[in-house]
Amino acid sequence: MAKSNSAILSVRNLQTHFYGDGAVVKAVDGVSFDLKLGETLGIVGESGSGKSVTNLSILRLIPYPPGKIVGGEVIFDNKDLMKIPENEIRRIRGKRIAMIFQDPMTSLNPFMKIGAQLMEITQLHEGLNNSQARKKAIEMLELVGIADASRRIDDYSHQFSGGMRQRVMIAMALSCKPELLIADEPTTALDVTIQAQILELIKGLKEKIGTSVILITHDLGIVAGMTDHTGVMYAGKIVEYAPTEELFSNPHHPYTKGLLKSVPDPLIEQKKLFQIPGLPPDLSNLPKGCPFSPRCSSATTQCQEFPPIRQINAEHYSACWLEN
Amino acid sequence: MCLPSFLCVIKIMSTDKTLLEVNNLQVHFHLSGGGLIDRLMGSKPRIVKAVDGVSFDIKKGETLGLVGESGCGKSTTGRAILQLIKPTSGEVLFQGTNLAKLPDREMRPFRRHLQMIFQNPYASLNPRMTIGDIISEPLTVFKSLAKQQLDKQVQELIERVGLNPQFIKRYPHEFSGGQRQRIGIARALALNPDFIVADEPIAALDVSIQAQVMNLLQDLQKDFSLTYLFISHDLRAVRHMSNRVAVMYLGKLVELADANEIYQNPLHPYTQALISAVPVPDPKVEKQRQHIVLQGDVPSPLNPPLGCHFHTRCPQVMDQCKTNEPKFVNIGKNHFVACFLTNK
Amino acid sequence: MNQPVSATVVEEKQLVVGTSLWQDAWRRLKKNKLAVFGAIVLIIIVAASIFVPIFSSYSYDQINLDKSSEPPSLEHWFGTDQLGRDILVRSLIGGRISLMVGVIATAVSFVIGVTYGAISGYFGGYIDELMMRIVDVIYSLPYLFLVIVLLAFFTKSIFMLFFVLGAVSWLTMARIVRGQVLSIKNQEFIEAARAVGVETPMIIFRHVVPNTLGPVIVYTTLTIPSAMLSEAFLSFLGLGVQPPLASWGTMVNEGVEAISVYPWQLIFPGLMMAITLFSLNFLGDGLRDALDPQMRKD
Repeated sequence: MAKSNSAILSVRNLQTHFYGDGAVVKAVDGVSFDLKLGETLGIVGESGSGKSVTNLSILRLIPYPPGKIVGGEVIFDNKDLMKIPENEIRRIRGKRIAMIFQDPMTSLNPFMKIGAQLMEITQLHEGLNNSQARKKAIEMLELVGIADASRRIDDYSHQFSGGMRQRVMIAMALSCKPELLIADEPTTALDVTIQAQILELIKGLKEKIGTSVILITHDLGIVAGMTDHTGVMYAGKIVEYAPTEELFSNPHHPYTKGLLKSVPDPLIEQKKLFQIPGLPPDLSNLPKGCPFSPRCSSATTQCQEFPPIRQINAEHYSACWLEN
Repeated sequence: MCLPSFLCVIKIMSTDKTLLEVNNLQVHFHLSGGGLIDRLMGSKPRIVKAVDGVSFDIKKGETLGLVGESGCGKSTTGRAILQLIKPTSGEVLFQGTNLAKLPDREMRPFRRHLQMIFQNPYASLNPRMTIGDIISEPLTVFKSLAKQQLDKQVQELIERVGLNPQFIKRYPHEFSGGQRQRIGIARALALNPDFIVADEPIAALDVSIQAQVMNLLQDLQKDFSLTYLFISHDLRAVRHMSNRVAVMYLGKLVELADANEIYQNPLHPYTQALISAVPVPDPKVEKQRQHIVLQGDVPSPLNPPLGCHFHTRCPQVMDQCKTNEPKFVNIGKNHFVACFLTNK
Repeated sequence: MNQPVSATVVEEKQLVVGTSLWQDAWRRLKKNKLAVFGAIVLIIIVAASIFVPIFSSYSYDQINLDKSSEPPSLEHWFGTDQLGRDILVRSLIGGRISLMVGVIATAVSFVIGVTYGAISGYFGGYIDELMMRIVDVIYSLPYLFLVIVLLAFFTKSIFMLFFVLGAVSWLTMARIVRGQVLSIKNQEFIEAARAVGVETPMIIFRHVVPNTLGPVIVYTTLTIPSAMLSEAFLSFLGLGVQPPLASWGTMVNEGVEAISVYPWQLIFPGLMMAITLFSLNFLGDGLRDALDPQMRKD
């Protein structure tokens, strides 16, 4: 697919806070990135880094209370998704921007037939009638590799295995040929061999339908194989952003470096693993300045002040005071 | 730290001596249909053969990795070794004693030699007990120590696993997942065991914490001359941790060999697919790698396929695989495989 | 790679004593205004029931036919009944009886229910099935029938009433505890206790039971009002407290007969009972929220 340089989605200084127990948790604290048309952007981070909240915020799916999007813009198709009325964003959700989640078990309604759930989407967004929607649903199930789709469309979700459910979720997400697919840890709940199937499927369908993808994961291996650009999140901020190959071959931020070194490589034998010391950050009680500094071996007094994200080279950005 | 200290001298690393031997271990579970009413009505129980004839040995001081996908029986194998689940048949020989034959009361003295680290750091600690009580519990079961001595030992253990000994009076919910896993490790270490079953000890942890816990386990192995059975679905972690690796599929071992050997020269098609399915954290390598993507799902263990259990998904399936079951044999260099491609 | 583990992993906060889940729940309960209000009202009612009759110049069975059915006045705050007895004192004595019925009956059901449920749930298998079938059978008997039979068999003392009510209300408790135990006994920490060689009774009482207590306590606070209501109902039928002793149930019963002429004879005991039940429910709801682990913020 020809790559165009125009951005399909621009996120600028997005901020989402959660309020509770007298404390404010800045789950997303000034995130900015661009997603180019037809590309796959990987967002890596550990639990609590804000990677999922960022993507829920894009579709304004943050439950209020306790959460609230307090600032920033998300430009999609020349419109700021944060400002448009609720009924307008509802028409974008599921139709132009679709999501798949980690747990295919809870994302499907156990009391509805798979087919009915698939048909609901196209009926709602594309105004198809019953028989058209059913035909479309079968077509989508075949597309995601569910054998005997015309019969299985009348099954309930518990009659599918985990991997098959995730396929159904992907079929639902892609029913309206969305321009953007947000996949939030789509394979974390699945076994290794099933994970490989689902990743292949997403890769293939992306080519076929021409959807841009945001892939959220904690697994650097998945990012390496699937994405064009990668953003690394830590404590609600993107601390490094670069083309994926560049990020892996020439990481700049100490957190990225540490993460890359702490994953054992299955192809070669290693002696001792590198470990990032310390604990993941407590978002309600962040240190002053760079949130990674307490765990960083290169930290200096300068890190008391938060490092702005800056350009390292052409497309490589990092939020660290370190020299290149 | 080593309790009592003179034992440290006696414990010498030796890798040739077999510490534990598992022979034809079987664990069957009765599903619905086993109840009182059902029995009276004469309905037959449905049986899941979670572990179906597994044999291997573990040498003193080594780490044996046990990999497989969910439902393959790897955790059940670990629990059956520790007699937390009674094996249906087969032997578990620990230094010559068959643990599977022991009644509960006679098993208890052996528990100080065989310990376990659990997968879920949130569920494996009693939420109503302080971490001091959690770690001292094994000590109070086996010996009567004065309160002071007990506290001292617990504090030493907490410190050894990298936590602040002043946390002794705090409760599990006040700790992060990685810290809780360290508490679980301290509990397992308290009795100075010889053998530890580590059941998915890093699966629930963040990437940066996984590395910390793996390093801790390795350090402790050296210091306490421990032998591990490291159970995991994560092939990267298993490679890193293990001397030898066993691969399990639907209740049976399909391959067992030295870690390097099995990763460089996997012979069973399932092992090949597993290794190829693991994403490598390097975009350049990933772009060139050919993935073997297996078709279909793991069959239900309630109703496993005839012949070789893997034949329904095997890319190299032959006619005989559908009816005959390949034996698990040594094909040289202590590389065991259960496949007709290698054992003709 | 050369960071010393202990120096880096240790948190900086040096809090030595942690907060247990009970303390945590207590803290949350204190924040719930309705529950605190309920608790305070309950304490006042309990204290009044205990102390006011002692110091009052009237007694609950002191008949004064000259002052029959007087409306509330400074002398008799709540008025008098048909026999000229002071309704305030009688209401508070009735409160004693009603609260005692609630508490003792609940305690009986707690002891039987928790023990029975824990044993049934922990051992499982045939033992569990047999024990639960017994519960099912008792459940299927009409409750009232059971109480009437028991009360007919034994003497009609109040103490019998306590035990009879407790003995029929432990069933739900046993089921709740069993359900809790079933979910807890498969948790890894139980397995961990077995793995370090802890013996079965210790596992049940040290590891299983304390973790079932949250829902049990909530259910307990809700059993008290239901036992009180049952007593009122039985007294209404003439099976409960015998005159001249009073309970809220018997007083309401008497009050209903005179409702159009002497409404205070119904209103005051009825109001006392309603306030108590409301308070107990507020407290129960508060406890449920406070003890619910889902509500906990880590």
